Amino acid sequence: MTSLTLSHFLFTSAVLFVIGVIGFVSRRNMIVMFLCTELMFQGAAIAMVSVGRYHLDVSGQVFVIFILTIAAAEAALALALVVLLFRRRETLNAEAWSELGEP
Amino acid sequence: MTLATLAMLAPRLAHEFPVADAAGPEWAAWILWLPALSTVLCGMCAALKVRNKLPAWITVSLLSGSFILTAMLFAGYEQPVTIHLVDWFGITWSDTTFVANFAFYVDRLTLLWMLFVTGLGTLIALYAGEYMEGDVGAGYSRFFAGISVFLFAMTALVMADNLLMLYLGWEGVGFASYWLIGYYYRKPSAVAAAKKAFIVNRIGDLGLALAVYLTWHAFGTVQYAELFAAVQANDFSAEAGGWSVQAIPFLLMLAAFGKSAQLPLYVWLPDAMEGPTPVSALIHAATMVTAGVFLLCRMFPLMVLNELALPVVAWVGGLTALFAASIAMAQHDIKRIFAYSTISQLGYMFLGVGLFTTAGAAYHVFTHAFFKAVLFLTAGAVMHGFAGQIDLRKVSGLRHMPGWRVTSYTMLYACMCLAGVPLVTNGFWSKDAIMAEAFAAVGPGYTALAIIALVTALLTAYYTFRVWFRVCAGPVHYEPGLEQHGDAAGGAFHPHPPRLVINLVLLTISAGAVASIFCAEWINGMIEGSTAAGGLPAVHEAHEGAGVWSDPHAWMPYVAGAVGLVGIAIAWYLHLANRTAADDLKRALQGNVVSAWLPRAMENKWYVDELYHGLIRAPLWLLGHILNLLDRYVLDMVIVDGVARIPRMLGRGFQPLANGVLQSYAVSMVGGVALIAILVFVMPEFLEMLNGWIGGAR
Repeated sequence: MTSLTLSHFLFTSAVLFVIGVIGFVSRRNMIVMFLCTELMFQGAAIAMVSVGRYHLDVSGQVFVIFILTIAAAEAALALALVVLLFRRRETLNAEAWSELGEP
Repeated sequence: MTLATLAMLAPRLAHEFPVADAAGPEWAAWILWLPALSTVLCGMCAALKVRNKLPAWITVSLLSGSFILTAMLFAGYEQPVTIHLVDWFGITWSDTTFVANFAFYVDRLTLLWMLFVTGLGTLIALYAGEYMEGDVGAGYSRFFAGISVFLFAMTALVMADNLLMLYLGWEGVGFASYWLIGYYYRKPSAVAAAKKAFIVNRIGDLGLALAVYLTWHAFGTVQYAELFAAVQANDFSAEAGGWSVQAIPFLLMLAAFGKSAQLPLYVWLPDAMEGPTPVSALIHAATMVTAGVFLLCRMFPLMVLNELALPVVAWVGGLTALFAASIAMAQHDIKRIFAYSTISQLGYMFLGVGLFTTAGAAYHVFTHAFFKAVLFLTAGAVMHGFAGQIDLRKVSGLRHMPGWRVTSYTMLYACMCLAGVPLVTNGFWSKDAIMAEAFAAVGPGYTALAIIALVTALLTAYYTFRVWFRVCAGPVHYEPGLEQHGDAAGGAFHPHPPRLVINLVLLTISAGAVASIFCAEWINGMIEGSTAAGGLPAVHEAHEGAGVWSDPHAWMPYVAGAVGLVGIAIAWYLHLANRTAADDLKRALQGNVVSAWLPRAMENKWYVDELYHGLIRAPLWLLGHILNLLDRYVLDMVIVDGVARIPRMLGRGFQPLANGVLQSYAVSMVGGVALIAILVFVMPEFLEMLNGWIGGAR
């Protein structure tokens, strides 16, 4: 049995992050896209914690606490935005919002 | 004459007049302020939309006040004085000073000019009060404000005690001339004529500006009293041989030729006849155009700084006289004939100045002011009465029409003056003074110049009486001009004979012309005691001897009188005795291949306007168009638009990225981050290169 090394944690974090990116890019439902961004957050958080642990430094964990707090606040905001956007267009499809594009 | 003899001559000339060293009466300032006040009051009339003849009466009364003050100044004149009005420029730095105040330099030359300027100004304003009555409530106030500005500027020009104030007046009369030529501003030809007058005058004004600067540079002052004292003391030796002093007379000459319409700058004056006729009479015949002669008389001590200057003045004057007279012979517009005649007579005046007979020149200025004012005012009366008709082929037999007697006979007398009918006309005596001097003087080609002057006298008599015989004599016949107003209702056109005021003014100025016959000695005295005192340095020696034929002054009256009468006789034969003879002659000339060009060239004013158009206007026009194309296609299209197109093209290249789809933004973001990651981690050499750049920049 091999011992757990830093690469395992970083690999896990990369996998989470990439899953999040792929999900964000491929799905059109705004709530799912939002969940994917949370997934990317978690990937980054795991990397922080593991690297902090690797260096025997607590600041990695402190960062993560901050990230979680801010992600919670941001989740409230983002879900409220999604609700407002849904009320405007009666759909959760992100493609309904493309006014900023050049014609 | 060599420069050495001139160095002796200049102070000798300059010593022949007293320089002002006392102060004059202060009330004389009102000679300048009254026209200024009149301008302001007329301007207020324009602002308040006065609908009566008030502006005319304001102008006439204030200008007559100016004339009365001038006459009082003349009556109390004892010696040259300066009169200080207002401080203007007084600049001092280190050991240099530049002082130019609003002040008068009053000597006999000043008084002579001011007397006829204010006197004729008053009379012509009175005439204009009736002549311009069709414009009451419209341009009437504007017109009289212009006349007042002109008198103000002319007074400043003539009475100035320094060159800078003279320059102010010089520009002021040019501006007033522009204002009044363009009086009918709805008429494109009048606006074009006004611009032409102003632009051509700029060339001369440049000469004056440079002359003022060089005078200050050479003598350290522009104030006449100090300047003439310096000339008398020969106090400019430091640079007397330098080109900058030698150039002063030529620059003054350029200025005079511009303002007084001499070759090659005369082209503006005939077009200036687009202005109202009183303006033509006052500004473009009697007073403003003599400012050039005045400038040369005033600055006469400086005119001898170069020995070539006065011969050049004489030759330009003589050639202009002949040239303009030849054009006047073939014109049909009465006012233009008189305009060319003015140019021609001004040529005589410059001939006189160039021949040292400043007294003769001033006498001719004086007599010309009267008879030419009458000629223009009678032409104006004809225009006024025949709805703007000014073509001498379309009006005839004026003297047989009821109510036109005064006009016809004052015109006859003025024509006699211009033609130089012996003894009874002032023009005969003044022209005689100049032509006799031309035969007497010794100088480069002066005999040819004298013959030119004599030939010009013949042409003058002919073209003058061509007008009179065509318009005033012969069978009664008229066609109205284009400016019919009021008569249209009745159908048939009735001429309006001039009323009392116009007739009175015509008679008064004619009486002045008669009186000026006896002024020769008086004017000699006026000139002798002034800066223009030329003396006659050693030019008569060659002619000293016995017998009538050796002294031109003795035989010239007979020859000049005979020439004038011959000219009148030719005009009588061609235009009165046989009214088709002139046309037959023209046809005969045109029928002959050799001479066919002559009548056409004369009618087209020797194509000088076309020549200037080709030499100056067309190249400038072409240059302007080339620069316009350069600006439009090279500067605007290539440089300005080209630079502006770079960001636009870049934007077009990246535009597809901004498609509004959230996911594609995410892809480009991730892709971008991935690209940077690859560059940074996978290509370390790139990083080193980047480091090198940053280090280099540092």
